[in-house]
Amino acid sequence: MTDPAVTLRLKDVSKTFGIVNVVDSISFDVKAGESVGLVGPNGAGKTTLFNCVCGQLQNDHGAVYFEDQPLNGMPTYRRARLGIGRTYQRTEVFPDMTVRNHLLVAERVHSGTGRLWKDLLNMSKPTKEEIEVSDRVMDLVGLMELADTPVAALGLGHCRLVELARALAGEPTLLLADEPSSGLDERETAAMSAVLRTVQRERGTAILLVEHDLEMVSEVVDRVVVMDLGSKVAEGTFDEVMANPAVRYAYLGESA
Amino acid sequence: MFETFFGFAIPGIPFGCTYAVIAVGLVLTYQATGVFNFAFPAQAYAASLVFTALIQSAHLPSWLAFIIAAVIMSPLLGLAFDRLLFSKIPNTNTTAKLVTGISLLVGLPSLLLVAFPSNYYNPPSLIWDINTVYLTFWEIPINGAQISSVVVTVLMLGALVGLLRFTNIGLQMRGAVESRRLVQLDGVNAGGVVAVAWMVSSFLAGMSGILFSPNFGEIQSQNYALLFVFALAAAACGSFRSLPKTAIAAVLIGIGQFLFQGYLPTTGFLFTTVLPSFPFLVLAGALLLMPGLRNLDSSADPLSSVDPPLPPTAAASRLPQMDRMIKIAWYTVLGVFVVSMLTWIPKDWESVLNQGLAFSALFLSITLITGMGGQLSLAQATLAGVGAFTAAQLALHLGLNFLIGGLIGAVVAAMVAVVLAVLSLRLRGLGLALMTLAAALLFDTAIFSNQTLAGGSGGLNIQAKWLGLDLNNPNGHLYFIVAFLVVLLITGMILFIRKGTTGRVLGALKGSETGAAGIGINLTKERIMIFALSGAVAGIGGVLLVIQENVANPQSFNYAFGLIFIVIVVTTGVSTVEGAIQGGFGFVVIQKLLGYAPARFADLTFVFFAFGALTYAAHPEGILEFQKRRSYQRIERFFPSAMKKSEENELAIGIAGGVSDD
Ligand SMILES: Nc1ncnc2c1ncn2[C@@H]1O[C@H](COP(=O)(O)OP(=O)(O)OP(=O)(O)O)[C@@H](O)[C@H]1O
Ligand SMILES: [Mg+2]
Repeated sequence: MTDPAVTLRLKDVSKTFGIVNVVDSISFDVKAGESVGLVGPNGAGKTTLFNCVCGQLQNDHGAVYFEDQPLNGMPTYRRARLGIGRTYQRTEVFPDMTVRNHLLVAERVHSGTGRLWKDLLNMSKPTKEEIEVSDRVMDLVGLMELADTPVAALGLGHCRLVELARALAGEPTLLLADEPSSGLDERETAAMSAVLRTVQRERGTAILLVEHDLEMVSEVVDRVVVMDLGSKVAEGTFDEVMANPAVRYAYLGESA
Repeated sequence: MFETFFGFAIPGIPFGCTYAVIAVGLVLTYQATGVFNFAFPAQAYAASLVFTALIQSAHLPSWLAFIIAAVIMSPLLGLAFDRLLFSKIPNTNTTAKLVTGISLLVGLPSLLLVAFPSNYYNPPSLIWDINTVYLTFWEIPINGAQISSVVVTVLMLGALVGLLRFTNIGLQMRGAVESRRLVQLDGVNAGGVVAVAWMVSSFLAGMSGILFSPNFGEIQSQNYALLFVFALAAAACGSFRSLPKTAIAAVLIGIGQFLFQGYLPTTGFLFTTVLPSFPFLVLAGALLLMPGLRNLDSSADPLSSVDPPLPPTAAASRLPQMDRMIKIAWYTVLGVFVVSMLTWIPKDWESVLNQGLAFSALFLSITLITGMGGQLSLAQATLAGVGAFTAAQLALHLGLNFLIGGLIGAVVAAMVAVVLAVLSLRLRGLGLALMTLAAALLFDTAIFSNQTLAGGSGGLNIQAKWLGLDLNNPNGHLYFIVAFLVVLLITGMILFIRKGTTGRVLGALKGSETGAAGIGINLTKERIMIFALSGAVAGIGGVLLVIQENVANPQSFNYAFGLIFIVIVVTTGVSTVEGAIQGGFGFVVIQKLLGYAPARFADLTFVFFAFGALTYAAHPEGILEFQKRRSYQRIERFFPSAMKKSEENELAIGIAGGVSDD
């Protein structure tokens, strides 16, 4: 099963809350540099699956592999350091910190060069490279003007961008984006799609995208996995999947 | 055999019943309103004090006193707490709710002491007299107070069950216990339900106070705090959720306490140390082991992101010129202060301000753990004591220099803090606060009260030969110079940490633990580190304090001070180093000034700060910090032209560093 081209491999991943199989034996791969959409109606278990990949939840059965390394039992922060970046459906920003500090802290954690003794000797100022990286990322997502604004002062749309930028600052190999367009207007959504495409094409980052906005999904992803009630109901290109009667039934409630 | 067993167990039942009343009241408010009412023992104290005063001083018949104190005053007090304070705090702001409760716990008894300055002895029994034996079981005499405890508890819990089961508001309250948010979404008048829950539980508080007071010779607020801890242990055993489990646990704890007391040999470590620590051990054990305590605070609340963000601290929203002016002002104040201390300040005031320096150091540990780490620790006074007594013991037994011993003491305090951090890794907000409280109480009973370790009630005198330097000479300024340098060093250290990687990482942790872990931050490691740092700083503060006071007195480090310190620092500002320093000086200066007033006003210091801390919900940055921001804004409006923003200045100031840095 060793395959350097596979970034993320899910094998029979299941998660149960009480007696409900919220994620039920899900298997699929995300190849290096590939962009995969994960869609499904509300409550399908998409966010739960993300949490199993990131380590916020431990899956009950099955296994998650990242670049051939089994992740089971590994805490969230170590998975992040391996190169899994993520954004959250309910934003998880650091309200007191400025946009730039979000990126700087992510970079510093990623490089692992922060030390308490360096702080005490006043040697922890952001390096030139760190500033450059944060500049580049903020430029990419369009947050340059807001660099020194505390995030508490920003709206939801900007917070989603901050989360994305923060994840990118850690230079992930795999980016998990959980409904990045929810709460954004049409123009912002279009901008978000453009950013995700650039990230994938120019940085070679693999993307797993959960999204209700099917237009955005069709623009961003190479392939789609459809979930309903915890199970995978279809997988294929966007058009293939949308033509699948099981998907239409699950997703739109239309009878097949 | 059986006789002995029951002989030990039965007297525990009335105690257990009283714990049950309190614990059930606590869980009821907590579940129905989301507030864990730290003021509960203060309410119990208030009711029994008023009840006794009405009978003994105003000579009212006891039924009338009971109606006034328990039936009227207690629920009204609860209603006032709810309407004036807690209903204004967003449900997700765990720290604000805790701080408000703790402020009431500190402030209310002090306020009552000012209002009722005389001592009240032999509180009257409710219904049956404590000095009369009414029944005997297995030859065990049962007195009136014991009977009334059991009878009244059974009646009250019965009435509560009736209320919850058969009335409309009870049904809604039960719904709230199941899911508060659901009740609100259901369009039930949530405010009304919450108010009733507060009144019911406050009535229970008053009742428990009145019921229990005959067990003490005198009415003192500390006694009710102990009662509270027993109830806390019971509530924790019920996961702060289940009313029946809580009530049963409370009775079992009461019985267990008396069984241990009966069966243990009356000498030795177990009896003198472990037995008094029994409730704290139960509390800590429940916090460690009971499932479901991880999510005690509502940080997992899906609607929490709806709450408005905290305002940025005063410094963050300032213009660069303003920054420079403030920096200059700070240096000026600092210079004037040092020169004055060395020249014209009278001796008694110099010693007061020296003490202020010691408290500043201690309070800076709160800036670290609460302001920067976002964790509410109620054991900071304890950690200070650990530092101080370690140094004292090293000097006493090994003849080690007290200042070197002090550094070792700081390390030991840091290690104790690390143990505490490791034990409470799964706890947040309320859970952590309770765990640190349990630790503080454990140290009070097991270590600080130990004759060999802490010198008993008089403490350990600091001998001049321990110091090496002539620190205690009232005619010199050496203590001032050393303490000043230490505080300066700690301040500089904190400012650098805050500017550096650690500061940013802690800011991330405080903002969102999920988000922080998601970028690769090791929450466990950071948490342990900030506890260690804060413990070390607290230890140093404790060492400075005992040198200044010439004695390491366990009373200076008991759990109550842990609470008071939080209240003080929260009032002056928990997120800045100035906050801690102003708190340190404010505390001693106000106390000194009140020394000129009649003795009954001595406790007003606590009242001042407690009322200050009540504004925490509205001004989480501290009222001083809030006033500062307002005045800066006024100045900025007044001189608009002089305050143009310039990039260069900002950089220059950013690098300069200093006392009032960001
Ligand atoms: N911690 C939890 N405990 C119990 N049930 C949970 C928990 N988290 C999620 N669930 C349930 O699992 C199901 C799947 O939730 P999940 O958030 O993964 O769905 P989703 O596909 O992301 O939906 P949405 O599109 O609304 O974001 C839901 O029914 C939810 O109520
Ligand atoms: Mg979701």
